[in-house]
Formats: sequence, structure tokens, C-alpha cells
Amino acid sequence: MIRLQSVTKIYPSSSRPALDDVTVEIEKGEFVFLVGQSGSGKSTFLRLVLKEDKPTRGQIWVAGKELSRLSHWKVPALRRQIGTVFQDFRLLPNKTVRENVAFALEVIGKPRHTIAQVVPEVLDLVGLAGKEERMPDELSGGEQQRVAVARAFVNRPTILLADEPTGNLDPTTSVGIMRLLDRINRTGTTVVMATHDSHIVDSMRRRVIELEGGKVTRDQSRGVYGYAR
Amino acid sequence: MRWRFVFSEMAIGLRRNLSMTIATILTITIALTGLGAAWLTHKQTNATKDYWFGKIQISVFLTKDVTEPERDAIRQQLEALPQVDHVYYESKAEAYIHFKDQFKTVPALVKNTDPSALPESYRVKLKDPKKFPIVASAVQDMPGVDQVAAEAQALKKIFKLLGGLQNIMLIVALVVLVASILLIFNNVRLAAFSRRRETGIMRLVGASDLYIQAPFILEITAAAIIGGILASLAMCAFKALIIDYGLKSAFGGILTYIDWGAVWTTIPYLMLAGILIAAVTAFGTLQRYLRV
Repeated sequence: MIRLQSVTKIYPSSSRPALDDVTVEIEKGEFVFLVGQSGSGKSTFLRLVLKEDKPTRGQIWVAGKELSRLSHWKVPALRRQIGTVFQDFRLLPNKTVRENVAFALEVIGKPRHTIAQVVPEVLDLVGLAGKEERMPDELSGGEQQRVAVARAFVNRPTILLADEPTGNLDPTTSVGIMRLLDRINRTGTTVVMATHDSHIVDSMRRRVIELEGGKVTRDQSRGVYGYAR
Repeated sequence: MRWRFVFSEMAIGLRRNLSMTIATILTITIALTGLGAAWLTHKQTNATKDYWFGKIQISVFLTKDVTEPERDAIRQQLEALPQVDHVYYESKAEAYIHFKDQFKTVPALVKNTDPSALPESYRVKLKDPKKFPIVASAVQDMPGVDQVAAEAQALKKIFKLLGGLQNIMLIVALVVLVASILLIFNNVRLAAFSRRRETGIMRLVGASDLYIQAPFILEITAAAIIGGILASLAMCAFKALIIDYGLKSAFGGILTYIDWGAVWTTIPYLMLAGILIAAVTAFGTLQRYLRV
């Protein structure tokens, strides 16, 4: 589903590569934790998969497509297969919960009746039934992140990328979000989650890819956050 | 394309940036009005030029008691000149018909003019209108010649005036055009910045460039259309006040005037120019400030 082949990314402003000769393959339906300190290359990894940036060297395949050969106008089609969730939720403050989720479908031209049908379904899935007309600032952090997950998942992407989705949440709320991501994973969606949170990684026992200074230092199925445990 | 969605985004953008939008509309209006007025003046100049240069440049009026041999001699002399393209004879009766036509707006004058009072004349078309002094001096002193008039020469002042008017309007239009392009650029850049949250999400969920950029471009195009409509109204005022009222009262029947048809054919081009300038500027700005 996602394959990186000898990928190196060097940002123009930095001499040290953000990713250094990384080769990784993630299969369809996997749940993968991307761990490592800040600046280890986790976010760069996700940006490259989204084709928000080009690798300096190497090749990346996402959903069967080699990204460097993907023309500019086909990038939106790629991104429709990828849902993305961030630490800071990135909701639109002037739109209700329902409108925030519907927005993701409106801007890709989905017909009105489809939106009317699909949005309540996904809000139900993430556990926000009954809160459709709330504004984001009327919700708790955990609820806001559920809206963000709903928005990422509403178009049924094959891949879900999550960049520190529990970074702003307390441990109990985080567990709820992880259950949600796990449920989404069990629908067959490939989930890649960058995180600092050792408790979550340890409790989930899923594949762990550890990055350090842009290199893959560990790739372990059913792994934990650190070795010393 | 979900047009309702795109248009509601556009409306939100227009309201959010109201003062900038008004400024943009006003500059587009002035720029387009200047361009249109310059174009109409150009057409007016050409209409006048075509009329006069296409016809007669010199009129050789004959005396009342001109004799048959004198008349023939003058004709032969004119036709022998290499600068002359063609010589037409205008009898008293024909002169009266033209006179009536030219002053049909002043019926009192026509009524009080005796048909036989108008002189017969040779109307001379020159190969080069500027060579008129040579031709004039060749026949001026011949017997039977009353007066030689170079009408094109008299019109030079008018052409100069119209040309000056046209240039001033063109310069003003171009200066304001630059200002409106800069305003559009700034307006779009601000709009892109204030909506970067929305556009960021749109990019992430896989909205196409068209969807992301259309509200911005439509927003500025709407401003251009409003500007174009205002400029069209100004165009009508220009035709009514400057040409029909100003020029006609100053020069009367000796000029031909552009009709309303010229205004109607100019307006679509004006609208098109406004829309194109706005859309292209907005598109160019978005390529820089709204990376997709």
C-alpha cells in the first residue's frame, strides 16, 4: 500500500537529511506506529506520502502509484484515497460539526444527497451522534479530534495518516481516539500514526517503525515504544 | 462542480473584503471607462477622417459669371496636375442638395437660402491630401475661380483636439489599469491568506485546483463585471455628453458622428477586457500564493 525505496529528503535550509535512505513497506490493512523524537523525520515521512513534498532521492509508491511519475493534476485523486488527522485538529471554527465533515465532500464535488447520507453515518461511527450542530469551540479536545477523524474518514480512504493525533489529549481521551483508529483499521483501512506516546504504542502491540535522525533504526511487528522495557 | 458551494464561498469572500472589493470595482470602472472613451474617440476621429479624406479635399468655387471656356480651362488645368486623383463637378443644384443635407438640423437657414445663391464648384480629390497648396496655387488666379478652400486643412484642428483627448484618456486608463491590477493582486493575496485554513483542508482532502481557486477567481471576476457595467454606463454618458452634446454643439454638421451602434459594439469588448484582466491577474496571483 505504501512503499518507500531508498528515500532521502534534504530540505534546502538544512544540511542534515530529514530522511536518510529509508526503505519501508507497509501492507494493505496494516496498523503502523511511526515513533521517534521530534525532528527524527516522522512528519517528513507523512508529507512525502501525501506528495506535499518531493523526495530528494528515491522512490515512493502509494496505492500502486509511483509518486514522482504522478502528474500535478492527479495529486488530488491520490489525496482522496488518504485521510489525514493532525495534532491540532484543524477544524474550521465557523462551521458546525456536520458542516466541517460535509466540507471535505463538498470540495471534491460529491452530490448533495450523498453528503446528506454519509455524514450522519460517519458521525455515528466516531461517536458524535447528537452533536452535529455544535460548533468546534463547544466541544472537548477529544470530541474535536473525533470530528477531525470523521472528516478524514468520511470519503472512505484506503489509507489514514495520523500525525500525533493524541498529542493534545489527556490519556483517557487518547484511549478513546485509539479505539476509534483501531476500529477504522479493522474496516481494512491502512493506518499510519506518528506518535510520541509510549503508553499507547505499548498497549496496542502493533508494528512499530522507529526513526532516528532520518534513519530507520527499528522495524518490529507487534512492537513496543522503546527497547528498554 | 457544486456551483452552489463555490458561489457561497465567493459571496463570503466578497463580504469579508468589502472595502478592498469596492476599491477594486472602482479602479476597474475608471480603467475600463478610460479605455472605452479612448476607443470611442479614436472611432470618432476615424469616422470624421474617412468622411473627409475619402471624399473631397479641395473645393474650387467658381464665380457666378464664369464662362463655358473658363470652366473647361479650369477643369483641364486641374486634371493635368499630377497630384490630383479625381475631379468632380458640382452644379448649383447639386450644391443646394448637399447644403440642405448638411444643415438639415437648421431648417431656418435652409429656408432662407436661395438655391441659386450657392456657387458651382469643382470638388477635387487628391492623391495625397497634404499636397493641397500646390494644387490650390495652380488654379487660384485663373479667371472664373472665386475661391479655393481646403476643407481637410480646416479639420486639422479638430483632429488634433480629438487625438489629444484620445491620448489623455488612454494614458489615464493605462495608469489606472496598473493600479487596478496591483489592487487585484493584493486583494487576492489577502483573500488567499485569510482563507488558508480552508484551502489547506481542501488540499488535504483532495480538492482539485479548480475547486480551490474558483471562488477566488469568481470573486474578482464578479468585481470586474460590476466594474464593467459601471464603465458601460459611463460610456453611454460619454457618448451623450461629450460627443452628442459637446462636439456637436461646437462643430455642428461639418463632422460625422459615431452612432450608438459604436457604443453597443464597444461594451462587450470592455466587459471582456475587464473580466480577462481580473481573472488572469487573480490566476497568476494564486499560482504564487496558493500553492497546491
